[in-house]
Amino acid sequence: MSKALKAVLAVAFLAVVFVGVPMLIAATGRSDLYYTLTSVALLSIISAGVWITFYIGRINIGQGAFALLGGYVSAILVMTYGVSFWLTLPLAGIFCALVSVLIGLPILRLRGVYFAMVTLTLTEVARLLALAVPITNGARGIVSIPLPGSVTIFGVTVIPDFATLSNPRLAFYFTAVTLMVICFAGLYRLVHSRIGHICQSLQQNEELASSIGVDIAYMRILAYALSSFLGGIGGAMFAAISQSIYPSSFTIADSVNFMLNCFLGGLGYVLGPMLGTFVLYFGWDLLFQTGSFQLLIFSSILIALMLVLPNGLLSIRLRSQSQG
Amino acid sequence: MADILEVSALTKRFGGLVANNDISFNVRENEILSVIGPNGAGKSTLFKLIASFLSPTSGEVRFRGKRISGLAPHTVARMGIVRTFQETTIFKTMTVRDNVIIAHHLRSRANLLGFFFATKTAQEDEKEFARSADEIIDFLGLGHQRNEIASNLPHGHLRALGIAIGLATNPTVLLLDEPFAGMNHDETRRALDIVRGVRDRGVTVLLVEHDMPAVMKISDRIVVINFGQKIAEGTPKEIQENPQVIEAYLGAEDASIGM
Ligand SMILES: Nc1ncnc2c1ncn2[C@@H]1O[C@H](COP(=O)(O)OP(=O)(O)OP(=O)(O)O)[C@@H](O)[C@H]1O
Ligand SMILES: [Mg+2]
Repeated sequence: MSKALKAVLAVAFLAVVFVGVPMLIAATGRSDLYYTLTSVALLSIISAGVWITFYIGRINIGQGAFALLGGYVSAILVMTYGVSFWLTLPLAGIFCALVSVLIGLPILRLRGVYFAMVTLTLTEVARLLALAVPITNGARGIVSIPLPGSVTIFGVTVIPDFATLSNPRLAFYFTAVTLMVICFAGLYRLVHSRIGHICQSLQQNEELASSIGVDIAYMRILAYALSSFLGGIGGAMFAAISQSIYPSSFTIADSVNFMLNCFLGGLGYVLGPMLGTFVLYFGWDLLFQTGSFQLLIFSSILIALMLVLPNGLLSIRLRSQSQG
Repeated sequence: MADILEVSALTKRFGGLVANNDISFNVRENEILSVIGPNGAGKSTLFKLIASFLSPTSGEVRFRGKRISGLAPHTVARMGIVRTFQETTIFKTMTVRDNVIIAHHLRSRANLLGFFFATKTAQEDEKEFARSADEIIDFLGLGHQRNEIASNLPHGHLRALGIAIGLATNPTVLLLDEPFAGMNHDETRRALDIVRGVRDRGVTVLLVEHDMPAVMKISDRIVVINFGQKIAEGTPKEIQENPQVIEAYLGAEDASIGM
């Protein structure tokens, strides 16, 4: 794809997300869609984190743990310490990144299925911790979290108090898609810079990478911290929207879904996790009519898709291109 | 000539197996030193110890007087000691050119953030890497394949790419583990020229190789190991006439030593 075409597509995407969708929803009156699309945007951010760990050659099935952690960090800071939500958002991400460094130091030495298994247990560990630690309020969780307050810089209100808005759903939608756009733009830049090449070198052959001077331990930690940062941000946003967080807010099933989103969209493409989340989320909803067969049909389609398109949905585009 | 590497009393045990046993020798600046010995003698282990991919059980390696044993491999690589692998080791899904460009990583002046924001230094780095990569690719005769995906290359060219990756790091000491394996006569002759060319760029070359005629032709000096022990060290001529070496080789296999 040429640079110009990419720019046009990017602008078109922004127009659809920021103008088209709100107009369409206003016209059809389906304002419930805001919640759905906000969820997709946030889930795709969390999945983007998982995608980064894939990019350095690690299968990460533990992202739910960091989403949960991020949610709690933000909720506790808001409720107990009265910190503004907008400040807790980056703090939640940073806290998750720091924790992931501590966890990553030992476990990132593992590869393949071993790393995957350890991360799988992380989500469960996080849930049990949330049940046990006093500050999280156990199974009752943290509820009635106030909506995000206003942000004022030099007397100018940049973000209004969400509680005073007639339609906080719209505000959350704009917040979520803005974060999503920033996240994926950053990811795109990362992958297309030298850093992306270094990550790829790690993915393909860590020994060779270290022989050309790449500090593989540092790069792995960096990637994992970035991944967990995104998980924390997404989790904090979810806690703010639902105004609550419970130990079961993010479970192993969620962690698996984050991974599936990446697989489905395509591990080789930056936008893979976004498309994967969108398709998976709406696919699941569409199959709601089928009742008890929902999971069966859903799983079968997923397996079939992965067999037919091992490189994800986005590989269709490339294939048709290479055929002319 | 000054000694650039000192290998002293290097021992490596894998459980009960002693892969390297009390090996000592020095490497002189800008020479081609070959390490030979029968299969399983411990040559690759020795290279891994020198490049710090393994830590010695005892003994040490010093580079310009400074101990490097026990440091992380990327740290040793940054000091200028770079190893290529016995197995053809490349970044398979990248193009030849990208393989060589990424191997310039050590030379970056910009840091990761710099590359993310494409600062001026980072852009200059990128330009310089691309230029240097093309030069190395041409030097190794891979020019017509620069945009080929690496895994599609024929075997002989893969070996050349392995050397190109090593060269791109701008090494002071380059350790080549069986660079001529699987090459035919013509390819070996070309590869010999390349290794000489590398040395003429000022690089000190350590070579592990089973191709005896090639080793005899190219080496300044040779170290022979057998069952993990150094049994001889000297010029190609001295090695060919050494009765212990002849015995080790006749005992191990039919391969004749020398020409
Ligand atoms: N990581 C390891 N763990 C256990 N044993 C090992 C390990 N690496 C090497 N060895 C053993 O050490 C001995 C020396 O191996 P090395 O690879 O150094 O031999 P080599 O001289 O390079 O042989 P070749 O000519 O076949 O490449 C062999 O017996 C080998 O099986
Ligand atoms: Mg070997």
